[in-house]
Parts: sequence; structure tokens; C-alpha cells
Amino acid sequence: MRLSKLTKLAAAIGVLASIAGPVLAQDGLGVDDGTQLTLWTRAATQVRVDQLVQAYNASHKNQVTATYVVTDDYQTKIGAAAAANGLPDLFSADVVFMPNWTSAGLFTDITDRINAMPNIDKVAPAGIDVATWDGKKYGMPFIADLSVWMWNKKLYKQAGLDPEKGPTTLQEFADQARAVAKLGGDVHGTYFGGNCGGCNAFTWFPIAWADGETIMNPEGTEAHFNSDEWKSIFKIFRDMVADGTVMMPESKDEAGPTWTAYFPKGVIGIQPMPATQISSLVGNGLEDADIGVAPIAGLTGGQSTFVGGDDIGISRDSTKADAAWNFIAWVQSEEAQVEVVAKYGNVLTRTDLGDNKYITDPRVKLFNTIGAKGQTPLGKNFGATFNDPQGPWIVTFRDAVFGDGANLEANNQAMTDSLSE
Amino acid sequence: MTSPSISEAAAAQPPARRFRASLRRQLVGFAYTIPTLIFILVFFLTPLVLVAKMSLSKYGLLTGDEGFNFPKNYVSIWRNQLFWPSVWFTVQYTVLVTVLLLGIGLGLALLVQTVSRWSGVLRTVFLLPVSVGLAAASLLAYGFYSPAIGPISPPLEALGLIDGPIPFLSSSFAALLSTTFLVVWKFAGFYMLILTVGLQGIPDDLYEAAALDGATPWKLFRHITLPLLRPSLSLATILCVTGSLLAFDQFFILTKGAPDNTTVTAVQVIYREAFQRQNLGTAAALSIIVLIVLVLINLLQFRFLRGSERD
Repeated sequence: MRLSKLTKLAAAIGVLASIAGPVLAQDGLGVDDGTQLTLWTRAATQVRVDQLVQAYNASHKNQVTATYVVTDDYQTKIGAAAAANGLPDLFSADVVFMPNWTSAGLFTDITDRINAMPNIDKVAPAGIDVATWDGKKYGMPFIADLSVWMWNKKLYKQAGLDPEKGPTTLQEFADQARAVAKLGGDVHGTYFGGNCGGCNAFTWFPIAWADGETIMNPEGTEAHFNSDEWKSIFKIFRDMVADGTVMMPESKDEAGPTWTAYFPKGVIGIQPMPATQISSLVGNGLEDADIGVAPIAGLTGGQSTFVGGDDIGISRDSTKADAAWNFIAWVQSEEAQVEVVAKYGNVLTRTDLGDNKYITDPRVKLFNTIGAKGQTPLGKNFGATFNDPQGPWIVTFRDAVFGDGANLEANNQAMTDSLSE
Repeated sequence: MTSPSISEAAAAQPPARRFRASLRRQLVGFAYTIPTLIFILVFFLTPLVLVAKMSLSKYGLLTGDEGFNFPKNYVSIWRNQLFWPSVWFTVQYTVLVTVLLLGIGLGLALLVQTVSRWSGVLRTVFLLPVSVGLAAASLLAYGFYSPAIGPISPPLEALGLIDGPIPFLSSSFAALLSTTFLVVWKFAGFYMLILTVGLQGIPDDLYEAAALDGATPWKLFRHITLPLLRPSLSLATILCVTGSLLAFDQFFILTKGAPDNTTVTAVQVIYREAFQRQNLGTAAALSIIVLIVLVLINLLQFRFLRGSERD
């Protein structure tokens, strides 16, 4: 049987494509062939995602169109889209929600792509660990954020403290806050989100980690807040509430929206803050030179941080996985990390690029080294337990800090029940 | 010469023709209702059946239908530590808001009832907050109440009238009052409108006759205005009670259930089950329970309305 010219041509193209395909993909960076990609992310990370998307679109044939969803509605939107099989090609997730979404099968398995990636050993491991479910990898770090202690050097000087020396233990944190609180007037020692589960997970968990202690078992199904470590942590905060070191009643009512609003006003001595906010803090009552930064420490010393932010993955509904992977892989490139992330003063997701021409501020250098000592908690029901305004974590720390902590055992059990549900 | 009436003409027709004419009229009448029927079928009955079916299944937000599990979702409601306190809080809020809204709405309606050069301006002013969306109004109130960014406390502190920011949302009672204030500000104009229409339906000659008999303004209000306003008051009560029992936006934005889960409404519990705990099955079961309670309350109110019409 003779093959027609057209059939021969088609066969030739097929053979070429089967050879060229692996060639295009074998460098581990996917394909850049002019594919139109859709990306969803939460509005909280819009500025930083926009910087990355614009730089990618300017240098690639593939074009990414980003949709920014109101942060509080993001989980709902992803849930509804998943139910309708209408997820975009790429979407990001707050790292604490990753286990919930990977376990529900919302992402495409990209284990082989990640393993074949050059410099994969230089990518922040916490961002990959949190996207790993049942041994399969579903995502990569996208937008990094960390928690640190920030203090107001001007107020420290007025309070007779060394403005260049931050705390190295939680007790020192309390002592320094107490000294600043004595200034009186509008000035307060410290401030925290007393009604904000996410805020206190982000800033209090590292205290225990710095001491080598835990908040949950490795599976994320059992809470450890009835430990001696946590009893001591809660007591230090309870004492600061009792003696007026904490700004009250504002701190007790703080549900999150104005959690970081007082420190930039220059009226707070020291408080835990998101590292990425440092560039936006300067304003009325606070000069850039007045902001001191120290790693979060434990009861006995040590250093740690909550490696937060967003991960990104390819949705299970995408038919453009090779092109979508090209964007994810590019985010980890030196070009993206240095010329976009570092250029705008943000935290890198690569551990080897912290030493670059843009990062000259020692505080930003600290942000980019402390990540290696940090953790990202892993739990399928993390959001429902720790972030939910009606969840058991808020009940636990409010009872332990604003009350007497008498219900700690029962509250810890409620958290375990929620985590293991 | 007088022409026969329609009923006389119909009576003169043979029974079979009369039946056909009647049937045709009924079919035409039915045809007119078809668009509404389709609307109700697609946008009310179908979702209702789907929710009822969902309430009988293990149904995850991300995982979909995982099979029939009746009566687990309904049994879990009894163990839900948040639900029953939320029902009690919702009832308290409903009573408070209904009494205030109807009282203030009636007061405003009486105020703007008389024709004066200011009544038009006042009606517009009272009705303006109705045009603001509830979520937008709640965000506005959040800004006003916030100790960090609110404009209320700083001038009072500067004048030495208060020591620190007013704790608008600190305690359960303060949060309830602050939210109620927002809702009354937002909706009083709407109930004023309903009651104004009712007031305008009361014939003036009744007042004139009673006044001639020497009735005092209080007696006029007590024995003429209130009884004849009962249909409008009943409608306003049904709308207010139903709306308050379904309260969500204002508490979701202003308090998020704080402090210590004391301002959680029934619908917030449904939302939490669906989107925080990702359990659509339990959320659907809760929705069915709330729906049944609302239907029962509305039936009672309709009975009261019919009773008042018979009076």
C-alpha cells in the first residue's frame, strides 16, 4: 500500500514532534511556545505577583493573564471552580491551605518536573514540603513571607534601652516591651492580634520552634499546646496583658485588619511583624532608620520564623501543563529572583541568591537567611483549626492570655479534634 | 334599555359551553403564570431540591458528593457547639432589631406624614441609607468603630471627655448594640416607607369624625391609626423578622463572631460549615433546618395578619 504525500508529511511531523517534545522539555523548564495561560491568586499578594507576571510576559512568548481574587473569597472561589472543573491553568495558595488542596486533588502531580529541575536543591525546601502529599509534589514556592520581631529604636532610646540590641529570648522581648510601656502616654510596650488566629499562628508558633518544641505532630493531626513550653509562652503574654504592657483593649479586639497599623504610628515598642511590610512602614511617627529587626526567639534562645506566603501549582483542569510549568520554573530562576523579587526588596524563594546587588540593607539580608531556620506547619485541617475566626485556636489563646488558661487541656483537645477530623 | 350583566349572560349559556369558557379562562390564566413558574422552578425549587439532597450526603466543598450518609449531617447539628448559642443570639438580635426598626420606622412615618415643605426633604434624608449596600455600610461602620482608624474617639479624647477609644466591639453587648445601630440607621427609612404607604391608606374622615367626638391625639393613634395600620405593620414585621433571622453580612464584616464567638449568627455557622470546614452536607442540613424554622415563623405571622384583617 502506498502512502499518500499528505500521510507521509503527517508521519514526518509526528516523528519530529516526538523527538522535539522531549528536547524542549528535557531542560526541566517546560515550553515557551506562545501559550496563553490563566493564573488566579489572592489579592493580598497582588503587587508581588503582578511584578513577576509583567516580567515573565515581557521576556517570554507565553503570556500569563492574572486574576486577583478578594483574599477572603479566595478559598470559596477555588472551591466553586473545582466543583465545576473550571480551575485556571495556574493558581496559588496560602501555604497553610496547600495540604488541604493537594489532598483534595486540585493540583497536577509535578514530582518529575520538580525533580528534573536544575538548581532544585537551592529552592526553599519548606515551600516544596508543604506542597507534598502522599509522597507526590504538587507545587513550588511562589511568594515568600516571614515573621520577625521589629522594634522602634527611638522609643528604645527614650526608655533607656540599647536601641541597637533587640531581644534574644521571649523574656527579653517582654522585658524590653515593659520598659517602653513605662514611657506612658500614647506609647505601649507591644501589640498583637488578640482576636486573629492567623496573626498569632504566624508570630507565636516560631517561639516554640526556636526552642526546638512543636505545635503539632508531624502529620498535623494532634495539637501540642498543653505542653510546658506553651504554658510558659502563654504566661509571658498573660503577664504583659495584666501589667498593661500590651496595648489594651485594642489588642484584645484586633481581628486582623489593623494588626500592623499601630507600629508604623510609632507608638509601639516592639512587636512581631511580617518581614515584607518593612518597606511600607515608614510614615507618620516612624523613620526607616528607627526600625530594628531581630529573628523571633524562644524561651531559652534560638531563632525561627514562620515561612509563609503562597505556593503555586498547575491545576488538575489545565491542558497546558508544559507551558504552565515554564512559568513556575522561571519564578525560581536567577533572573526572576534577583531582577524582580530582590529588586523590589522582597524575600527570595532561592536560598543561594541572597547575596546580590539589590540586597544591601542588613535587615533584608536577615530576612533572606532566617528562612532556612524557619518552618511551615503542615496540616490538612490547618485553616479550619487556626485561621477560622470561630476555630479552636482563637478560643485557646484568648483563654490562656486574656483569661487564666484553666481550659487549656480541653481547648487543646478541641484543636486535636479539629485537626484530625 | 339596560344590557344584561356578564354573569347573567354566562348563566344564560348551556352548561357545556359554560364549562369550556371557564376552562379556557383558566388555561389563559395559567399561561400568564408560566414565566413566573419557570423562574420559581429554576431558581428556587431546583436549588431547594439540590440542597435537600446534599443534606443527605457526605458532600465536601472540594471533593463533591461522596455518598448517602443520612442522618449523620442532621445528627451532627445537635453536637455542634456553635449552632445553638448562635440560634439564641440570632433570636435576641431579631427581637431587638424588630422592635427598634418598627418603632423608629413608625415614628419617622408619622413625622413625614404631614404635608409640609420639609416632609419631602426629610423622607429623602431618612431613605438615603437604604440605597447603600449592607456590606458597604458595614465596612463604613467598621472604619468608624475601629480604635485604630476610627474618627469618633480622637476628638472626644482631645476634649478630655473619654480616656481611651470607645470599645464599640469589645464585649458581646457592645458589639450587638453597635451592629444594631448600623442596621437601624440603614433600614429605618425602608420601614418608614412601608408604614407611610399604610398611613396614607387610612381615610381622613375617620380622624375628622373621631376628632368631632372629642378624641385626643393619643386615642386617635390608639384606636384608628394602629388598628388600620396592622396589615402594613404585619408586612413590615414579616420582612424584618425574616431579614434579621438571616443576618450575615453585618456580623461577618463587623465582628466575625467576636468576642469569644458570642456574636455568631445562624447563617454564619452555615457559612463556616460550607467554606471554612468545607462540609457542604452539614451546611445544607443546617440550611434546611433554618428554612423550616423560617417557614413556621412566617406561617404564624400570616395567621396573625389574616386575624387582623378579619378584625
